[in-house]
Amino acid sequence: MIAPVRALQRPQGGLAGLWLALVIAAALLAPILSPYAFDAQDLPNAYRPASAAHWLGTDEFGRDLLTRLVWGARTSLSVAATAIAISVFCGMVLGAAAAWFGGWLDRAVTVVVDLTWSFPEILIALILVAIIGPGTLGTMIAISVAYLAQFTRLTRAQILTLKGETFIEAARSLGASNGHILFRHLLPNALAPVLVSAMLATGDAIILEATLGFFGLGAQPPVPSWGGMMSAGSALVFKAPWIIIYPGLAVAITVVAINLYGDALIAALDIRQKLRRSP
Amino acid sequence: MTALLDLASVSVSIGSAPLLDSISLRVDRGQIVGLVGESGSGKSLTAMAAMGLLPLIGGRVTGGNVRFDGQDMALMTDTQRRVLRGRRIGFVTQNPMTALDPVQRIGEQVDVVSRLHLGLPQAAARVRTLDLLTQLRIPDAASVAEAWPHQLSGGMKQRIVIAMALAGEPDLIIADEPTTALDVTVQAQIIQILGALVRDRGLALLLITHDMGVVAQVCDRVAVLYAGRLAEEGPVSDIFAAPAHPYTSALIGCIPQDGMAQGSLRGIPGAVPSALAMPPGCRFHPRCERASDLCRTVVPAPESCGQGTVACHHAGVIA
Repeated sequence: MIAPVRALQRPQGGLAGLWLALVIAAALLAPILSPYAFDAQDLPNAYRPASAAHWLGTDEFGRDLLTRLVWGARTSLSVAATAIAISVFCGMVLGAAAAWFGGWLDRAVTVVVDLTWSFPEILIALILVAIIGPGTLGTMIAISVAYLAQFTRLTRAQILTLKGETFIEAARSLGASNGHILFRHLLPNALAPVLVSAMLATGDAIILEATLGFFGLGAQPPVPSWGGMMSAGSALVFKAPWIIIYPGLAVAITVVAINLYGDALIAALDIRQKLRRSP
Repeated sequence: MTALLDLASVSVSIGSAPLLDSISLRVDRGQIVGLVGESGSGKSLTAMAAMGLLPLIGGRVTGGNVRFDGQDMALMTDTQRRVLRGRRIGFVTQNPMTALDPVQRIGEQVDVVSRLHLGLPQAAARVRTLDLLTQLRIPDAASVAEAWPHQLSGGMKQRIVIAMALAGEPDLIIADEPTTALDVTVQAQIIQILGALVRDRGLALLLITHDMGVVAQVCDRVAVLYAGRLAEEGPVSDIFAAPAHPYTSALIGCIPQDGMAQGSLRGIPGAVPSALAMPPGCRFHPRCERASDLCRTVVPAPESCGQGTVACHHAGVIA
């Protein structure tokens, strides 16, 4: 696929891509990159602002903030990305099955999706974490269920539209089987909009993960997450504002970057859509 | 000899609306048959019936039977019908702009037909694809095979669709208005290529069109549909020389001729009646200049006329 690369060639897409590459690299290489252990306490040096030894300062236990920010990226990104991946996969299966088989299955899926759709994601996620219990796994499942309706709905709509296309009729009139039509024609064509939507949802999922972490429902201490770090820093806004500012900035910039890249991706894909229609 | 495709008094309904009424049509091996009629006359529906694809659009055969190579399609299993499509019957769709999957390369889309129906391995399928594209006079077939559908012109796409129809080595090609979506200049070219390929390979072709000019150019026989009924059927030479049905002669009158005086090109007044409000008797009578009281009440039965059939109470009266 060339569209993701073309998206990088747009100015905002390129900048966003650069930041995302940086964050992803930091998350992947956290054990190598970070100068300290994420749980190494140094109480005499607590509440220190930025210095040569601690580039972003230290928190209330004297732990290095840069280290915790990098490890936090690992938690936040992996939870958000995994949750969305699960959500996209299950949503595509459900949506495709509903659109393909129709009948009672379609009605059942539609009713459940519409019901879930009427609640905000945060509420669904909170209820689920309350049932499953706090922690990384609980957050991951909660987030993936919260976004399931979105991808089911989108895939279903895509497949329903595509089913009426001439090239599906053409494939059928040349003897293509149901499986061939579903897996070789319908799903690949439905993939692009679903992936763009997944990209944008990942940004939302990072915020949702941070929110759950802020409430103390995400990754449990001492494992750092951006939301958890902000939660700890919220009590110390006047004493040591950097403790909440840096993870807050990390969340904000990352989410903005994902949205900008997503927009660039939509633009890059749109160009192709237009070319596709012209003779 | 059994006909390759034989529709015997086939009637088709969608829901409660009867759309085709006792259509009989025969296509022999090596023959090019034109199926002509205005929009809404049931041409495409006849093609769907011939391929066993009616359930897809909610239609069903309510009378008569469709035989392919002597076998009754209604008695086949779904799998048998599916294998028939592509392997024995190739289909060329109406609109080449949307007939190709936008996210697959051209080559893959043609390869898959011969892989599926002839069981060829990928490499052999590609050789066959390139061979087909070259026969369809596509310059630089190798790079076209690597192209995406949006990179090709309409005429090119229609050739690819024809290549897909030919890839399974079928005995019969059904082409549903293969040139309506194309530029006039390209239309003639595509018809010529299609006709030549079919003749060279000894295939049969059912060419659905609303253009009598195209019929005169390539077909052996022609069947004229009007409002879901067969008006006239017979050899092209006979029908063009002396059309027996007033609708046929009106259609032929719609072909522009060289040296025609200004304003002498005729149209047919009125429009095809709706399937839900068919006139009684002969369905053409409201638009017919020969209509009598008989036409308004009694449905004309098909009668043989030379080497063809015609369904008209006043057949050939004013030739």
